[in-house]
Amino acid sequence: MHCQAPSIKAEDLDALDRRLIDSYQRGLPVCTRPFHTIAERLGSSEEEVLARLERLQAMGVLSRVGPVFDHARAGASLLAAVAVPEAERDAFAELINAAPGVNHNYAREEPAREHGYNLWFVMTAPDEPELEARLDDLERRLGVPILRLPMLEGYHIDLSFPIPWAELERA
Amino acid sequence: MSVSTCPSSTPIVDDAQRCDARGLDAVDRAIVLATQAGLPLVPDPWGAVGREVGISGAEVLERMQAMQANGVIRRVAAVPNHYRLGYVANGMTVWDVDDMQIERLGREVAAIEGVSHCYRRPRHLPHWPYNLFAMLHGRSREEVERQAEVLRRRLGDACRDHRILYSSRILKKTGLRLAGKRPNDAATNAGRRS
Repeated sequence: MHCQAPSIKAEDLDALDRRLIDSYQRGLPVCTRPFHTIAERLGSSEEEVLARLERLQAMGVLSRVGPVFDHARAGASLLAAVAVPEAERDAFAELINAAPGVNHNYAREEPAREHGYNLWFVMTAPDEPELEARLDDLERRLGVPILRLPMLEGYHIDLSFPIPWAELERA
Repeated sequence: MSVSTCPSSTPIVDDAQRCDARGLDAVDRAIVLATQAGLPLVPDPWGAVGREVGISGAEVLERMQAMQANGVIRRVAAVPNHYRLGYVANGMTVWDVDDMQIERLGREVAAIEGVSHCYRRPRHLPHWPYNLFAMLHGRSREEVERQAEVLRRRLGDACRDHRILYSSRILKKTGLRLAGKRPNDAATNAGRRS
């Protein structure tokens, strides 16, 4: 169903790995030698911290170590959706993925509903007119209307939440 | 970085204004392009980025700090892949909430456990009446449904209808790519010029 690899085993992550994830998913120090600072706080070495982060990234536990940009401030973007026949979904998805500026594309389903909006993607552009132009262009190529859902207000945007290590170990 | 921290005199700005206000120059943009897929994992990441961009490490650090201060960068972090950590059920819940109460309820919903994003978006009547979006993450669809039930009770009579759209497949996922003016250059322009 999913095209991603399955979950990792929590046992594969030791206490230092977990502390790195728990302590730094909300932000790492933006200073001269950030990994040295982290190592000092965790009672480890810079070399060890870098090796751990490298491994966690290679395992896919971390998608990256780096800046998280505010979409709205780093350019124009919006959430968009189309409703397409389920049988043709992948062909539509290919057209969407190939369009300039598309950075996410999820197939979504509602268990009790057919013919709903089943492809959801984020369109980005350097500025607002270019964003509209890209959507207009894609809409013409898809031949179906694109539902355009810009963010009007963000109440909470937080991709970090406590990771329940103990529960993951039992899973 | 909630909107409530903005000066109260600031109206909801449209994206075009926001772009003008963000004040990114060409060097900032080059830094964004060089770091958005992740920092180099070396003792001096800023120096490594600086070599790529053509400035000193000290200037990279200074500009990163400035972008963080003005909100272009939310945080510099070890970004977990929640899917790999067992959060395999991802439910986008959408709610048709009374416009008079959405401001307060949006903030309340955002604080509920399991909610990672919570946005107000425009309705498109008649076929799309939903104005509040909350992204839920759980280890199963049942867990997402329980979370959605908590949201439904919190919204109470102010909510006329809601739906849960589960992600069934990730067809493309990249970190935010600062979209350049040149489409499709990533594949063809290995020797970067920007």
